[in-house]
Parts: sequence; structure tokens; C-alpha cells
Amino acid sequence: MTVGVTSPIRPDAWDFPLLLHVFGAMLLVGTLVLTASALILAWRNGDGALARLGYRSLLLGVVPAWIVMRVGAEWIASKEDLTGSNAPSWVDIGFNTADGGFLLIVISLILAGVAVRRARRAEGSGAGFRRASTVLVSILLIAYLVTVWAMTTKPV
Amino acid sequence: MYHTLLFLHVLSAFALVATVVIFSAFALGVGADSRVLAVGKVLWAVGGLGTLVFGIWLALYLQNYELWDGWIIAAIVLWAIATELGRRAEVGYTAIVGGAEGAGAAAPPARAALMHWLRSLVVLALLVVMIYKPGA
Repeated sequence: MTVGVTSPIRPDAWDFPLLLHVFGAMLLVGTLVLTASALILAWRNGDGALARLGYRSLLLGVVPAWIVMRVGAEWIASKEDLTGSNAPSWVDIGFNTADGGFLLIVISLILAGVAVRRARRAEGSGAGFRRASTVLVSILLIAYLVTVWAMTTKPV
Repeated sequence: MYHTLLFLHVLSAFALVATVVIFSAFALGVGADSRVLAVGKVLWAVGGLGTLVFGIWLALYLQNYELWDGWIIAAIVLWAIATELGRRAEVGYTAIVGGAEGAGAAAPPARAALMHWLRSLVVLALLVVMIYKPGA
């Protein structure tokens, strides 16, 4: 036990924007875990149901969660006056991974969508597209976990 | 030390929400695969233990919080309720995937889905308590 360490106290007005941001981030990582699990499990045998689950999770889970997280991030950053030149490096890490990550989300969504469509139309298995999407989703998941570390430990 | 404990506590909470998301797919009838269910179970086990252990550790470590603060007791009670509801949902979904393999293979039974959605509400309440810290 340590004496003298206190956690920072924030104004009440920051609570809701922070709740929105954290809730969105948790849903984002949760839906990415579901997507990655489904796509990784479909990697070898190309299980169509799991591939569709991965695609739907990306479309109906990851994208809306990203929007909630990003809106919350902008809101809490403006409340705390952590925008522009006032932004410390951990905020920059957050915005960079969030915005860069969205590009990867869109690309992996397109790849997974093409894979599901090809499998449905029997135009080959679409395995290459599905596997590329799996790799991107796995990279995203790791990047966002690093971001969670930056958001909580706040290095500089 | 504070930031490390906070990171591990928050990371564990992310694992809990990931379980809720996975079970939501089951409740919506779009995922009934035993391996996906296993991922959800492991994440709840790790996240449940992590949130509790690192949460209590944080409360002991920080000078401005005590274990008997109302919001901390409320959080522990909500955690216990969520864990029990989740156990009941797991029992239902384990029976489904045991009987019918493959994603989307079986419709979710109403009771398991009810237990899951109740747990989701309790986890949301837990998050609200963690952010607002009523009475702190």
C-alpha cells in the first residue's frame, strides 16, 4: 500500500463526453475481437457462416462503434482543451490511430465484403480477400490496444 | 504504478465488453459456433478477474478512495450480478452450440438471450459508475 498517491479529479461536465468516448472505444475493440475471432477461425476451411459473421460484425459493429468513439474523443478533447497545439503526445497517438485505423476498417470491410460475395456466387472461395481482411483486422486490434495503453498511461 | 494498474484494470474492462459483444452475436442469432463462444468465455474469465483484482488494488493504492466507498461497493455488487447473469447465459449458449455446430445454426433460446441482455445492461451500469463515481 502506498500513501500519498491520488487519482486526478475531473469536472462533472467532462463525465458524459468521457463516458461516450470510452463506451465507443470498448464497443470498437469488442467488435474487432468478434470480427478477428470469426475471420481467424474461418482462415483454414473458409467457413462461410463465420466469414459472414466477420463481415457483419465489421459493417454493423465496428463502423458505428468507431463513430461513437471518435465523436466522444473530439468532444472530450475540446472540453479538456487538448486540441491543436495544446494536444500532448498521447492525444496525438489517439487521434492518429483512430483516423488511420478508420482507413484500415474501410479497406478490410471492402475486402471482407468481396470475399463473402464471391463465396456466395461461387466465384472461387474469395479466400485471398478474406485472409487479407483478417490480417488488417488483427493489425487494427493490436493498434487499438496500444492506443488504450497510451490513453491510460498518458506518456508525456 | 498508478498508470500500470489503471491500464490493466481498463484492459480487463475491455475484455468484459468484448465478451458482451460476442454474446450479443449469439443473442441476435448470427453466431452459434463453439470456438467463438470459447473466446467469449475466456475473455470474461480473464477480464472478470482482472477488473476485480486491479480495481481493488487501485482502491487500496490511491489515497482518495477507500474499498468501502459507496460507488466501489456498488461496482463490486454490479460485477457479481453481471458474472452470475453471464454464467446463466453461457449455460444456455453452451447447450445450443453443443447441439448444433456452425455459425447461425440455431436460434437463441429466450432465457439465455434474456440473461445476456440483462448482463449487458449491468455492464453498462458498471461503466457509468466507474466514470461518474457517484459520491466520490
